[in-house]
Amino acid sequence: MSNDGHMVAEHTEQAKIKLDHVVIRFAGDSGDGMQLTGSQFSDTSAMLGNDIATFPNYPAEIRAPEGSVYGVSGFQVHIGEVEISTPGDDVDVLIAMNPAALKTNFSAVPKGKTIIVDIDEFTSKNLTRAGYDQNPLDDGSLDSYVIIKAPITQLSRETIKDMGLDNTSMNRTRNMFALGMVFWMFSRPLDYTIKFLEKKFGNKPNIFEANVKVLKAGYHYAETLELLPSAFTVLPAKMTEGTYRIIMGNTATAWGFLAAAENSKKQLFLGSYPITPASDILHELSAHQHFGVVTFQAEDEIAGVCSALGAAFTGDLAITTTSGPGLALKSEAIGLAVMTELPIIIVDVQRGGPSTGLPTKTEQADLLQAMYGRNGECPVIVVAPSTPANCFDFAYEASRLAMEHMTPVILLSDGYIANGSAPWRIRSIKDMQPINPAPSPEPEAAADWMPYLRDPETLARQWALPGMAGFEHRIGGLEKEDFTGHISYDPENHEHMVKRRAEKVKRVENHIPEQQIDGAQSGDLLVVGWGGTYGSLITAVKSLHEEGRSIGLAHFNYLNPLPRNTREIFTRFKKIVICELNMGQFATLLRSEFPEFQYLQYNKVQGLPFTVLELNEHFSGLLG
Amino acid sequence: MSELPNYTFKDFASDQEVRWCPGCGDYVILRAMQKALPMMGRRREDFVFVSGIGCSSRFPYYMNTYGFHGIHGRAPAIATGVKLANPKLSVWVITGDGDGLAIGGNHMIHAIRRNIDLNIILFNNKIYGLTKGQFSPTSDIGQKTKSSPYGNTQRPFNFGELAIGSAGQFYARVPDNNPNDMADIFVAAEKHHGTSVVEVLQNCVIFNDGAFDSMVDKSVREDMLLYLKQGEKMIFGKEKNKGIRFNARQLEAVTIGENGITEDDILVHDATDPNPSMHFMLTQLQYPLPVGVIRSVDSSTFEELVDTQVSASVQKSKFKSVDDLLFSGETYQV
Repeated sequence: MSNDGHMVAEHTEQAKIKLDHVVIRFAGDSGDGMQLTGSQFSDTSAMLGNDIATFPNYPAEIRAPEGSVYGVSGFQVHIGEVEISTPGDDVDVLIAMNPAALKTNFSAVPKGKTIIVDIDEFTSKNLTRAGYDQNPLDDGSLDSYVIIKAPITQLSRETIKDMGLDNTSMNRTRNMFALGMVFWMFSRPLDYTIKFLEKKFGNKPNIFEANVKVLKAGYHYAETLELLPSAFTVLPAKMTEGTYRIIMGNTATAWGFLAAAENSKKQLFLGSYPITPASDILHELSAHQHFGVVTFQAEDEIAGVCSALGAAFTGDLAITTTSGPGLALKSEAIGLAVMTELPIIIVDVQRGGPSTGLPTKTEQADLLQAMYGRNGECPVIVVAPSTPANCFDFAYEASRLAMEHMTPVILLSDGYIANGSAPWRIRSIKDMQPINPAPSPEPEAAADWMPYLRDPETLARQWALPGMAGFEHRIGGLEKEDFTGHISYDPENHEHMVKRRAEKVKRVENHIPEQQIDGAQSGDLLVVGWGGTYGSLITAVKSLHEEGRSIGLAHFNYLNPLPRNTREIFTRFKKIVICELNMGQFATLLRSEFPEFQYLQYNKVQGLPFTVLELNEHFSGLLG
Repeated sequence: MSELPNYTFKDFASDQEVRWCPGCGDYVILRAMQKALPMMGRRREDFVFVSGIGCSSRFPYYMNTYGFHGIHGRAPAIATGVKLANPKLSVWVITGDGDGLAIGGNHMIHAIRRNIDLNIILFNNKIYGLTKGQFSPTSDIGQKTKSSPYGNTQRPFNFGELAIGSAGQFYARVPDNNPNDMADIFVAAEKHHGTSVVEVLQNCVIFNDGAFDSMVDKSVREDMLLYLKQGEKMIFGKEKNKGIRFNARQLEAVTIGENGITEDDILVHDATDPNPSMHFMLTQLQYPLPVGVIRSVDSSTFEELVDTQVSASVQKSKFKSVDDLLFSGETYQV
């Protein structure tokens, strides 16, 4: 293992093209291990101090027919010495493990860039499966690209032919060959991956050895291959000093709740039903029951949220996790949480809709569902994280707001940041804003106590828990008289309570930060975004701002209520453009909230994130 | 903890006016519950009543305990959250044949399957009352209701079958005109370790009056009901001369002293038999109609399994704070 580092040292002496950032995409059959290959590459790069952003793109089918275009799975990595905010638009190096992978990913590669293919997989059978009439490697259609035809399958098998492995096991090592090649191209060491393989195959020494051999074979092959046009090197990014780790959005969300539970001294309860792309939060919290977390995999989405509500009534920090279709199913219970004024957090990791839609693709089209998708006047707090790393912060923040204000909070994540990963500078949870949940009443208060007694400032009611003597009370979905909590059909009381519930959410604006602007603080164009599109928007706005254009970005994390200074910010710019991965839902909200402004829109509904290129072009057009 | 107060039924009555129709069977159930709770040896603040939607689901408002009036069908799910959050509480689900078996059927079977220690009281009146008279999942074939004016064409559930078929470990059935037996059964349900299901045959005076009269009316019940008692022979009838025997692979009502049948032929009731076959047959028996605790088998509960697992993980963990997790594993310095 020690000579792997040595190989890097030798390698760095060669001539190299220095890049400030580069985008690499691994694509193959969903069974080819592309997600693993890509994440090994990005993790290794992060260890070297690169900033990274990743974007897995995998099919909804777990194992689609081999070689078919709908079975192609991809993993894109963007590494850089500059700050990286998106997984990148244009691919600099595409690794296509078969014709279908080439076919589905080819359009992302600009002319002049590099494509590595496993030549052994370009058989007539596979070409037909992928829908090619003739072999694109022979017909001249790829002449403007740097094509590296590597016999990956054959060389992988050759490397381990004497190890007595079966056919399938031998073929499964191919991704390591491709990874080895890319490691060499980008001057990455192998030890991180070797350590990883040791852990993964610790009890199968034969498989471990085979994978390491093939990984090294790929590395050496790339080194000796005369066809490799150039080697690249990407230097470490200039990032704030500190301790970092690579974290995925869904993991960060789960950990944010763990931190909130510890800082609020509450037991964490998750009631959930599996759904893509939210299930990883359930998995992650289930793995951490050693913090006293109770995770309940319920019989359906409704039971997930209802069990959380029962746990909230009993005093837990209670959450439920889902995606769009599940949020629809939970809506009646969220109404009950509004009515009973109990704190629960509903995580919606948005995906393409409507209905089952595009389960593995991203979209921001649940905003109005989160805002209004319930019967009656039923306001809730809505917040949205904007990067994989700040999923942690907003899970924490959602918990704080729910418990301090005794009201449900919807956390709108999305498939893009949930499955994306990025470096995250770790802070101690002791340094985070404290959480002071609505108090339980003191025992001596029992005589005059009423379930809807409110904090005069936040309007939050007190949290009297079953088991506390003297505070036995009933709550429920029927309208309640304020203070006493008795059932009331009184017309005046109902209007009063509707307004109270609205006012309670509105007053949250006094407990959240003001909206910030990146780039120009006033001027020609204000770009407005929210949630998971931050990476693309900030990259586009920053580059134009650095060119001297008068452009700023107001990227919202707090959607209901909006930050207090929202209107004031809008007055500072000549034009406002709202960019969303939907048909204009935030625009609709802003038009009703601040009708005095004119809002331009830039929308995309393809299940894909914005590309920086398309944003740049659009903003340049608006700036004139 | 101070000494347990000497509760009476009044301690469990809330200040709310009861709004069920005069003559409704629900009054008897409410009274039986308020009578039963002081017999359970538990503190008032430890009782939680959770309900869904329907006439029965108003129940928690009339109890001076913790209560949660939920949404239609979802009471078992809400109650599951309550129990997992604090397993020391005595958690009750109040539901009906529509709430618990139609819209909430899924939650019902899964709560029972997990054997979480909830006490589920299902008021079965074979009709929708609060929505004013449509057929329910327990209405009889042919039953004329507002939504089946030509007669119900949907076959009914037998709740006992469903409960035992869902791996239920405690099932009891009781008519609504016998508050003393009912209170005893509520106490037994509370004592039982695991999901306890009690079906109350409840009369709706407005929309389905007399639905159970042919079996449970005071004038006929001695002859029509089989009062099951643990370890005792399945004997019934005013003269105590009838009983149940196992014949030709089924249960059969026979008269002792006729056709050479003696008391030795009569089955002994064992609610604690882990094998549910006999209990299943009892739930299906039409004449006489078995009432009392049909099945009561002790086994580990869901919340115990959860609690044991979580506690062991906490004990074993090298992570004492979330900080330990955040800084664990692959981190690097910039």
